[in-house]
Amino acid sequence: MNWEVIFREESLAMYGEGLLTTLGLLISSLAIGGVLALIFALMLTGQSRVLQRIVGAYTFVIRGTPLLIQVYMIYYGLAQLEWIQTRWDTVWPWTYFKDAFFCALLAFSLNTAGYTAEMLAGAIRETSAGEIESAQAFGMSRFQLMLRIVLPSAMRRTLPAYSNEVVMMLHSTSLASAVPAMLDLTAAASRIYSDFYLPFEAYLFAAAIYLCCTFCLVGAFKPLERHFLAHLAPRTN
Amino acid sequence: MDDKPLKLQALDIHKQFGSNEVLKGVSLEAHAGDVISIIGSSGSGKSTFLRCVNLLEKPNRGRILVAGEELKLVPGRAGELQAADLKQLQRLRTKLAMVFQHFNLWAHLTVLQNIIEAPIHVMKVSRDEAVARARKYLALVDLVKMEDRYPAHLSGGQQQRVAIARSLAMEPEVMLFDEPTSALDPELVSEVLKVMRTLALEGRTMVVVTHEMGFAREVANHLIFLHKGLIEEQGVPTDVLTRPRSERLAQFLSGSLK
Repeated sequence: MNWEVIFREESLAMYGEGLLTTLGLLISSLAIGGVLALIFALMLTGQSRVLQRIVGAYTFVIRGTPLLIQVYMIYYGLAQLEWIQTRWDTVWPWTYFKDAFFCALLAFSLNTAGYTAEMLAGAIRETSAGEIESAQAFGMSRFQLMLRIVLPSAMRRTLPAYSNEVVMMLHSTSLASAVPAMLDLTAAASRIYSDFYLPFEAYLFAAAIYLCCTFCLVGAFKPLERHFLAHLAPRTN
Repeated sequence: MDDKPLKLQALDIHKQFGSNEVLKGVSLEAHAGDVISIIGSSGSGKSTFLRCVNLLEKPNRGRILVAGEELKLVPGRAGELQAADLKQLQRLRTKLAMVFQHFNLWAHLTVLQNIIEAPIHVMKVSRDEAVARARKYLALVDLVKMEDRYPAHLSGGQQQRVAIARSLAMEPEVMLFDEPTSALDPELVSEVLKVMRTLALEGRTMVVVTHEMGFAREVANHLIFLHKGLIEEQGVPTDVLTRPRSERLAQFLSGSLK
């Protein structure tokens, strides 16, 4: 074991940069994916059969194929298309497809959107029919019913599964290291491995950082769940 | 009695599910202060009738007027009537607060939040006013200390009393009760009936679908016996219950008094 190399300033700096990229990727893809998931979930549970089918097919493909392949398809696959090649030097938004971070972000956002949409849609469908009826009987419009009763209730019930999805996404971001220009936490470990030929130390240190992040995430979700799911907790009095 | 203003008219309500005709022309008129009980065996259409009144169930035929204003209905695709104007339906529904058999409180909201939700967001009452109303009606149903609890942490009887307070907070023209005590343990029934009795004494207009014959006899001023989608008998409760004219009602009563 040679930990001295790992704790050198330039190694730590590389890990630090990698960690920032990983967290940046995680937070942005969760934010974009979350908004998309909400829209998709509303489409999945909405009245339009056409939208239901389209989004259903989307989540089927996203959840039915490996994330790594989705990343490759977007980064390498799209870049191969002449139609995009003729545009990506000049025409917005195709210029972004030259950017490794954007491609990874796109793949992760679309992926987490697919999973989260199905979770949320499931919770929306399971909303108690009685609660919906009483909202109607009290004069709520469909929009109010969705905004005030169905979504707040469904999002709360999605929270435990969603915290799991967030942790899974953190670990999935390590797939970004498959894109050569990306320096995420896993890619940082890979560089140190190849520079010093210390695979065990390099990856173990990265794993420890992932573990700390997971711990923090789980720790952050605990109070959220306690607060937002208080109505489902066993009575304490 | 009849010189009091009409609060609710449901006229010639027909409803069928597929080929099953559940309501074959049922009419009801409630004047201010009326307490009308609807009784009947299961499948007689009494709950369906009540649900048609606020269009939770879409009638196939009929007219509905709330405080003199007629709900505009147009034929929908499946041969059922639907509201021509959703805004009007929503406005009239706020005047017809409903209490459900299974309470149907919003589980993720506390007792207080349940009560102020519709006044604030549907009736656009100020928050302070809504909270003041909520506290007033929580006192009426004797649940003052429970305002921060969640529904799941209350007993059935308490939940139903919260549901009644939630309806009262709308300050409705008519309160609709859909078998309010049928889902309760026997010993919890009386606490809900007590609250309903108070409301009746306050002069509130109520339409109550119920199995509670005691309530129907002592509190209601009008009783309707539904059988197979038609009004078989109606009148002053003591008369109807003690001297049933039809064999159906006599049978029903002998069965329910066992």
